[in-house]
Amino acid sequence: MDNENNILEVRNLQVNFKTYAGDVKAIRNVSFDLRKGETLAIVGESGSGKSVTTRTIMGLNASNADIASGSIMYKGQDLLKKSEKEMEGIRGQDIAEIFQDPMTSLDPTMKIGRQIAEPLMVHKGMKKDKAWAQALEMMKLVGITDAESRINDYPHQFSGGMRQRIVIAIALINYPEVLIADEPTTALDVTIQAQILNLMKELQDKISTSIIFITHDLGVVAGMADRVAVMYAGKIVEYGTVDEIFYNPKHPYTWGLLSSMPTLDSSGDELPSIPGTPPDLLDPPTGDAFAARNAYALKIDTEQEPPFFKVSDTHYAATWLLHPDAPKVTPPAQIVERQEKYAKMQQALARAQQTTGPVEEEEEQQ
Amino acid sequence: MAKYLAKRIFYLILTLFIVITVTFFLMKLLPGTPLTNQAKLSQSQIALIYKQYGLDKPEWQQYLLYLAGAVKGDFGTSFQFSDQPVSYLLSSRIGPSLQIGLQAMVVGVVLGILVGAIGAMRQNTWVDTTTTVVSILGISIPSFVLAVLLQYYLGLKAQLFPIAEWGGFIYTVLPTLALGATPLAESARFVRTEMVDVLSSDYIELAKAKGLSRMGVIYHHALRNSLIPLITIVGPLAVNIMTGSMVVENIFSIPGIGEQFVKSVLTNDYPTIMGLTIIYSFMLCVVLLFTDILYGIVDPRIRLTGKAN
Repeated sequence: MDNENNILEVRNLQVNFKTYAGDVKAIRNVSFDLRKGETLAIVGESGSGKSVTTRTIMGLNASNADIASGSIMYKGQDLLKKSEKEMEGIRGQDIAEIFQDPMTSLDPTMKIGRQIAEPLMVHKGMKKDKAWAQALEMMKLVGITDAESRINDYPHQFSGGMRQRIVIAIALINYPEVLIADEPTTALDVTIQAQILNLMKELQDKISTSIIFITHDLGVVAGMADRVAVMYAGKIVEYGTVDEIFYNPKHPYTWGLLSSMPTLDSSGDELPSIPGTPPDLLDPPTGDAFAARNAYALKIDTEQEPPFFKVSDTHYAATWLLHPDAPKVTPPAQIVERQEKYAKMQQALARAQQTTGPVEEEEEQQ
Repeated sequence: MAKYLAKRIFYLILTLFIVITVTFFLMKLLPGTPLTNQAKLSQSQIALIYKQYGLDKPEWQQYLLYLAGAVKGDFGTSFQFSDQPVSYLLSSRIGPSLQIGLQAMVVGVVLGILVGAIGAMRQNTWVDTTTTVVSILGISIPSFVLAVLLQYYLGLKAQLFPIAEWGGFIYTVLPTLALGATPLAESARFVRTEMVDVLSSDYIELAKAKGLSRMGVIYHHALRNSLIPLITIVGPLAVNIMTGSMVVENIFSIPGIGEQFVKSVLTNDYPTIMGLTIIYSFMLCVVLLFTDILYGIVDPRIRLTGKAN
């Protein structure tokens, strides 16, 4: 482990999918760290490789997946070198996952008590009575009312939000060190989304787990994450703290994502979108994969892949625009506004620190 | 549940009534008469026999008389075997038929589930291809062809099992295999298709994410969910076995009701035909009721509530 604050270190991960048409290069050299107790959001549009990354960590990739290179270090051990049997011992015990669609991720023919208790019986060899008693406690913890009588119910007797609480209970029953949440609120309506996100925050504090939060919804990220990694076409293109990504984004793709997110003070009748579609990963383009859709693309973007340029100790972006020789460009107006807001915030913070010492950072409401 | 059962039993009786009615008049359309060697009998003798059995009355009267008897549990007397009441004739013969039918059903469905599950778990490998070919063969080869092949190879050549007759468990093996092939093949096909579907579902992914082993996932989650559509075909399979048994019982000379049915149709033995029809319909209705209840046991989403209205 490079850093003892890290619970998970992904290095140079490359995953290809073998198809009749050729190899689909789904993950192209991805590296990131997950720190103890933090929430890392991985953001990107469909097909950017978010889910493949988490599946690779869980060891649950489809049979045609080929992990070409890389390592995933967890507690000093490379998960990619583990046997299937060893991975079974880790899944649901050390690393757990919350899935996207609560309507389909519960077994329709099994009582939910049994479904929640199962990881205890599998990993801790617990007897049914004891495991069910713990399952009941967990049901109360995730906010299922009347848990005593509902433990014998089947999934179809619960609403979507309640089912997602059950899925969360299943994931957390063994107090995992790492929790992967793969778009856990995408299938829920907005009011329930907020409830589930609050619940996850609350439980993270209670059981001190680290979360990888996969989403395509930046609005959700703002309230949940400590750090954000933006993925595009199988690569991470920018990462930093949540403030840095939201208020001082450097990569044109991040600009595009943020601009196409409606905010309270966005006006006009048209929501901006990023033109074009992501590249075909069967044959990824040379240079920056985003160049074809990028209004700010430079000539070099089509020839050579940009390395990560450092913006701050915690903020890096892979775009040639950050090269000292690059022409100065003005980001979209909305982004400029954000950057100004951020600068003001930083100044205010600095002033406040000078006069009264460190104060808690004011959280911006999205 | 009690209300539901009462409703189903009412429908069962209604079904039997309709079956009796339709069969009775269809049966009368059969060519020929119940009398053998008719040519040697004089007109007055024939008239006497007809009168004795009530065949001289108009058909609607015969029908009403039959119904009145059936309600009281009297299904008439066989024409073929003099003085043998149909109820006695059938009750003495239903044992072997039930035994072979149930054995074929259980062996076929259990093996079918196994074969289907193995095929699905090894999807698109040679194992899968082999099980698929076996089930296609099982569906397309008629039971009577299989029966003769079994008799020839396992009975005559290998001398492993008796070729025909009835005498103990060993005598039931070949007929069971001949009858069980179709349910085996059908259920293997259904289970395979459904399990391939189930194995790619989200809750299987979640089960794997819990750390369950491959067999754990199959046993605890995949199997039960894959069995739901199988229940749908249990009824049709039972019909298949009942009709198949008529031919297979003849081939193996088994003293069952299937063999009896064929004989009674050939000899225009009206009371026996009626009795057998009622028994077959009754068994089918019971199988269908049984599968409906089974549905609720396997799939909690359609569990029968007391609120059936």
